[in-house]
Amino acid sequence: MTRELKRVTIVVLLMFVTLFVSTTIIQFFQADALADDARNARTIYASYDTERGAILVDGQPIAESVPTDDEFKYQRTYPQGPLYSAVTGYYTLGQGSSQIEQSLNDYLSGTSDSQFLDYLNRIITGQNPQGASVELTIDPVVQQAAYDALGSYQGAVVAIEPSTGRILAMVSKPDYDPNTLAVHDTQQVLDTYDTLLGAPGDPLINKTINDLNPPGSTFKIVTTSAALQNAGLPVDHTEPNLARLPLAGSDRTVSNAGGGTCGGGDTVTIATAFVLSCNIPMAELGVEMGESPLADMANAFGFGSELSVPMDVSTSLYPRGLDDAQLALSAFGQGSDVATPLQVAMLSAAVANGGTIMTPTLVDRIQAPDLSVLETFEAKELSTPLTSITASTLSQLMVEAVDNGAATNARIDGVSVAGKTGTAENGEGDPYTLWFTGFAPADNPRVAVAVVVEDGGGLGQSGSGNELAAPIAKRVLEAVLSK
Amino acid sequence: MTNGAVTNGGPTATTDAPTPTPGRGIRRIRVPQKLRNLELFLLLFVCAVNAFAVVLVQFGALGYADMTVFTLGAGLAVLVLGLHVALRFVATNADPFILPIAALLNGIGIAIIYRIDIAEKLTGWESTAVRQVVWSGLAIALALVVILVIRNHRVLQRYTYLAMLVAAILLLLPMLPVIGQEINGARVWIHFGGFSFQPGEVAKIALAVFFAGYLVSRRDSLSMVGTKFLGLRFPRARDLGPILVLWALSMAIIIFQRDLGTALLYFGLFVVMIYVATGRASWVVLGVGLFLAGAVIAGQVLVYVNDRFTNWLDAFNPAIYDAQGGSYQLVQGLFGLANGGLIGTGLGEGRPDITPLAQSDYVIASIGEELGLAGMFAILALYLLFISRGFRISFAGQDDFGRLLGVGLSFTVALQCFIVIGGVTRVIPLTGLTAPFMAAGGSSLVANWIIVALLLRLSDTVRNQPRLVI
Repeated sequence: MTRELKRVTIVVLLMFVTLFVSTTIIQFFQADALADDARNARTIYASYDTERGAILVDGQPIAESVPTDDEFKYQRTYPQGPLYSAVTGYYTLGQGSSQIEQSLNDYLSGTSDSQFLDYLNRIITGQNPQGASVELTIDPVVQQAAYDALGSYQGAVVAIEPSTGRILAMVSKPDYDPNTLAVHDTQQVLDTYDTLLGAPGDPLINKTINDLNPPGSTFKIVTTSAALQNAGLPVDHTEPNLARLPLAGSDRTVSNAGGGTCGGGDTVTIATAFVLSCNIPMAELGVEMGESPLADMANAFGFGSELSVPMDVSTSLYPRGLDDAQLALSAFGQGSDVATPLQVAMLSAAVANGGTIMTPTLVDRIQAPDLSVLETFEAKELSTPLTSITASTLSQLMVEAVDNGAATNARIDGVSVAGKTGTAENGEGDPYTLWFTGFAPADNPRVAVAVVVEDGGGLGQSGSGNELAAPIAKRVLEAVLSK
Repeated sequence: MTNGAVTNGGPTATTDAPTPTPGRGIRRIRVPQKLRNLELFLLLFVCAVNAFAVVLVQFGALGYADMTVFTLGAGLAVLVLGLHVALRFVATNADPFILPIAALLNGIGIAIIYRIDIAEKLTGWESTAVRQVVWSGLAIALALVVILVIRNHRVLQRYTYLAMLVAAILLLLPMLPVIGQEINGARVWIHFGGFSFQPGEVAKIALAVFFAGYLVSRRDSLSMVGTKFLGLRFPRARDLGPILVLWALSMAIIIFQRDLGTALLYFGLFVVMIYVATGRASWVVLGVGLFLAGAVIAGQVLVYVNDRFTNWLDAFNPAIYDAQGGSYQLVQGLFGLANGGLIGTGLGEGRPDITPLAQSDYVIASIGEELGLAGMFAILALYLLFISRGFRISFAGQDDFGRLLGVGLSFTVALQCFIVIGGVTRVIPLTGLTAPFMAAGGSSLVANWIIVALLLRLSDTVRNQPRLVI
């Protein structure tokens, strides 16, 4: 019997060794992977135990955590409601987070690598953990102006300081109140989230960085730059002035916005085509140059590159491998070209800043609870698509477009404004996408802006960029200039 | 561990050895009071740990401490110390570790149950912890009765078939129409006068007594004859009766009571006891083969068994996670354990209440979350120590009935730990068994404290053998 007992003893020992191993695997080796599972509510609860850092604009919180009495220690609040919804994003129980709340979560929750020692210190001393606060580059006056100017249109406004890349305003409509998603009732959060998810105009999408539209005529900045710089053509280079351009290999034709020719005469210069925003000469120019100079210029401006501000920006695209018909369309921002409003603003910013794009960002400073600065803004060059000569030429053309061309609604008395409109087609019968991008003052640019009005601004196919988008941009530019 | 104790003699063996006292010329056969004093010392330490655990829970979950520690901690302390005093009179040679380990596991269990009560805002008689203390009192009182009534475990051998009858009745009770009750899909409960009881928990003790008595009397016919096949001597067809009956019983439990864990527990208990009694590996081969075959067929035929297997194998699949009766609980338990990490969140600082049944079936995950891997290891070590004390009785025992009963009772605890903790940690499919001494539930407490009483009685008898030194 003793022999059998010994064997049973070994079996029992093996059973317990198995349990020692299984608990070790779960609690040590798999612990991090399990904590990262989206279904792990404990990770979320733990994040509510921390006094999550505030998001500040000009020193004032636009998102902050205040103590509560319920099972969560803190309640996230957004004092300005919908005004900053595109910037802060939401921070929910169970439905994740977005925008700054998501992209800077490590800092806000106090779990970033640079806060590790502080975190450890707080555990040992028994203090409540606290996250870092984030000061944004947003200018509250410009943000408010952009928010008001866009009104009830579906669309987006983004304003950048060209010399630094600081994002001064970021507005996306329709908006939503992040407070409604910050409640501590998971069912209520889920209901609100589902409603917003299904709402017309996708309020949860930050259209300034995550919505791709055909850039339309704003892309003529790229085409013109490519012609002047990559193809070495002079600004008075001419193309045949046609009223209708048949597309090679297709029964479709290209026409100018007005339906006729581009001004008078048998030929038209690049300059006139740009200022009057004519499609046919741009299409001809594109085909004449070929794909390479155009695509290279688009990429130099940021098309096809990833970017984060620190939210990830959707990549704007200029397609490759085009036939002549597609090339013709792509030269005036149609075909398969797509761009985010931020990308379009970067076109203006490059021209405004002497040809160099500064990396756009929202983050001015990240400050730990003990007021030590963890990260601070540094102006960084992203790329230099234009020489200062090309930039200067483009700037003059854009000023001319506002003064006497297709972008007249952006004129500001006493200030020289540079701009380019766009009225992009989305498909047979679909409402247009209306654009404006520009900067001011032209001789010493302080702000570059892009405005997009989607869904035709409610006017179907009868609105234009100059009619709807330019006045919005004008109010944003004025807000900066009047400071 | 157990082997070492047998060959070398553990610390208690030294205490218990007939050490000649120089100068007096009297051989002291044993020094029983030393055993009891050691037990008292350990019990006082355990009570302090238990009280400390309750206080930590309060500081962690509430931020302050109040008088609850007296109702929860002191209640249990008085009971186990009472049992200790009784042992000083009626079982002076009983093993000094069994009672403190059981008391510690019970106390930590109450602390963690109380912690979940706080999270669920249960107070007064709604509080599971309060009811657990009351049940502990009842269970320890019953344990005392068992020790007082059964002065020699050999009397139990007389009631071999009565034990079988008792086990059968207990198992059938939940199937009765009025008092039988189905909870969470398993029909293993009886319900009367406002509270529920799981008679299957107590049935395992009756079964262990029956197996021990039956196997002692029939071991020769079960072990000596048979045909050799593949190097193993297989029993004659007519001797297959008992194992087939037990197999049928287990399958009936799986089919009618929908309780995989209990079936596995009973059958495993029987296989181990028949193996120890007969020394024939063929019984193990037969038993494991039969059970596996039965489980595989049940997995094919019975939806709930199939679900258990799917939940186990593919727990993180979103479809299975979200399904009714899916792997939600299993996965949440794993999240809890992961949240605990190496050192745990600290008592009262985690979120064990997210996992369903965090006080009963999932009490182990709650402990793993708040006490961490370190705490889990401690709990596992305590169980292992408890089981090893039981095995010591079997190794040192003089009578085969006592040895078999000792190994049977200890093995049920071991197997139950493995089934429940293995289920929670995804070693095996999850079944609804309770962690001995810790999980909320009266039946489990009563059964395990009766096991404590029987092991104490057995160990006392073993040490009372005049010539025996262990």
